[in-house]
Amino acid sequence: MSIWVDENSKILIQGITGKQGTFHGTRMIEYNTNVVGGVTPGKGGQKLNFSGREITVYDSMQEAIARTGADVSVIYVPARFASAAIVEAANAFQENGGGLIVCITEGIPILDMVTAVANVKKCPDVRLIGPNCPGIITPRENGGCKVGIMPGFIHAKGRIGIVSKSGTLTYEAVAQTMSVGEGQSTCVGIGGDPVNGTGFIDCLQAFENDNQTEAIVLIGEIGGTAEEEAAEWASKNMSKPIVGFVAGSTAPPGKRMGHAGAIISGGKGTAEEKFAAFEKAGIYVARDPSEIGNVLIKALEDTGRK
Amino acid sequence: MNIHEYQAKAIFNDSGVKVVKGIHCTSVDEALNAYDELNSDVVAVKSQIHAGGRGKGVLYDPKTNDLIMEGGVKIAFSKEEVGLYASSIIGKKLVTKQTGKEGKIVNNLYIESGCNISHEYYLALLIDREAKSVLIMGSTEGGVDIEEVAEKTPEAIHKIWADPLKGLESEDVVMFADSLGLKGKSKDELVEMVNALYAMFLERDCSMIEINPLVKSESGEIIALDGKVSFDDNADFRHPWRNNLRDLTEEEEVEIRANNYGLSYVKLDGNIGCLVNGAGLAMASMDVIKLYGSEPANFLDIGGGATRESITAAFEIILEDENVEGILVNIFGGIIQCDMVANSVIEASKEIGLDVPLVVRFSGTNHIEGTEILNKSDLNVYTATTLAEGAEKIVNLTRRGN
Repeated sequence: MSIWVDENSKILIQGITGKQGTFHGTRMIEYNTNVVGGVTPGKGGQKLNFSGREITVYDSMQEAIARTGADVSVIYVPARFASAAIVEAANAFQENGGGLIVCITEGIPILDMVTAVANVKKCPDVRLIGPNCPGIITPRENGGCKVGIMPGFIHAKGRIGIVSKSGTLTYEAVAQTMSVGEGQSTCVGIGGDPVNGTGFIDCLQAFENDNQTEAIVLIGEIGGTAEEEAAEWASKNMSKPIVGFVAGSTAPPGKRMGHAGAIISGGKGTAEEKFAAFEKAGIYVARDPSEIGNVLIKALEDTGRK
Repeated sequence: MNIHEYQAKAIFNDSGVKVVKGIHCTSVDEALNAYDELNSDVVAVKSQIHAGGRGKGVLYDPKTNDLIMEGGVKIAFSKEEVGLYASSIIGKKLVTKQTGKEGKIVNNLYIESGCNISHEYYLALLIDREAKSVLIMGSTEGGVDIEEVAEKTPEAIHKIWADPLKGLESEDVVMFADSLGLKGKSKDELVEMVNALYAMFLERDCSMIEINPLVKSESGEIIALDGKVSFDDNADFRHPWRNNLRDLTEEEEVEIRANNYGLSYVKLDGNIGCLVNGAGLAMASMDVIKLYGSEPANFLDIGGGATRESITAAFEIILEDENVEGILVNIFGGIIQCDMVANSVIEASKEIGLDVPLVVRFSGTNHIEGTEILNKSDLNVYTATTLAEGAEKIVNLTRRGN
């Protein structure tokens, strides 16, 4: 199975005529992702050539979904327009049977996201991943479904689900699974912003229900309490083993570490608290990201999966 | 971005949030004139720095480190006292529990009319990450450290949340005022103030507004006696007026410079410099350096759009820190290609004459090509295939002399 996206997903690219949309759209198609069209308001009717495939540009999400039957959208729209693109996609999907929105854009004003997330919540058949994230990928034998900016070639089909707040650290986790001979079912980057769509718990629940996934790697970072809540939830609801790492043990309090959400404020949101919550919940902890592979093997062995 | 109290109060005033009259000064003379102009028997003389804890802070002579005065916020009962306090604050170093021991030089003063206080409260508006909405938080225990209140008497803290689409429900705000024990005119004024602050929070793209203390005067007025406001930097593009409020002396110069190159840099106290792509991986690299027994000298994310120019700037910034004894480069190529980084590293080290041990770990896009370029170059560089191997190597290399 895998979660949320697979080879049957039909994908639209919002902001397809921009530099990011063109560059990453081409990489997505090279990975055999089923890109069915793109949206840039005012540029409807244009035909683009991405790596030999002709892609039609539409003026609106409503039109694009009606014409293509798309059920996934990836957003490469600049920050100041991104929340409007999310809301447009959410409403259009809700009227057309539902869908998944993956917002890659970094630097969206936080109050824009507060409003956008509230609007997405009104659409029960729509899921938002991100923003400020690498996206979601389901590897298959020959390419797969890559909805985002991650390097496709580092992945392989397998049984490990990965969920992470980070970009390159997610790739590190992927490489760790590969180093011990394991592939991935689906990898989800939920993003490093303080207010986002899909959270850790949504991903854990989906992985628990997915028959391809047999273990999960969860990568958190300092700031907020999402890791603690996920650990608490997992201890009650997960039968599959989880390997956890949290970035930022050495981060000083009160300083934002790159990601808007990565900040220890008022002494809260430290890596130590999160590791402690993991341990309490029975999550297999890797203190060194280079150990994720070995800890994963132990988790698989302990639970009779290897 | 943070602003000073005097700037926050000007915005409060524009937004319909009641404050007492005050005047911003940058010299003792201005402070004395301000006293005359305010025509108030009692005034507060307040140090203006971005860090909190000013009232309990201590002022030192920045050159000799001699103690000048205890307390960065003073109540003056005469013009002479205003002069005394102002001269003990302006140009002096204020150390509070939030500034660290190096403190902050005070360049700005705020002289504010006195106010007869009957009770002190706490009021704040902030983004609740978990609820994904704006949280309004109040307490009957004002003027003290709110984290302490949260720990010792959590029942003294009251919260309401705004609906992101409908806004603040008026019955919630009334209930909030009730929970703070306010009645009559004071209750009406608080309701009005909360609504005004919420409107200001949205209009100005704030990330936090904190008023501690918020006071009830003896005549029942509700007044913001302090004001701490932070803005969401992501929204800078729609608020050009913010430029005029920015106090660059309150920001780390090197962090601003790094920002101009698309780098995200935070200086730390260790001896191993780090140059990494991605915020999460940059933090993880720091953590692993610590696991192998050293301390990271910095956080540095070169971002997805790094170029030869920005990588050279990154090396320069790392090496400005005298504590740096070695550098770990950790790149997981995605958009960034390791061979481009390899060539940039070679050129940058030639350009700036790199004289500390360098360990480079490449993974991902073109990592084989990148490693080959480094190994074939005449640069004195060690390569590693995993982060742990890289961290262990740089820690050992910097220990040789000890």
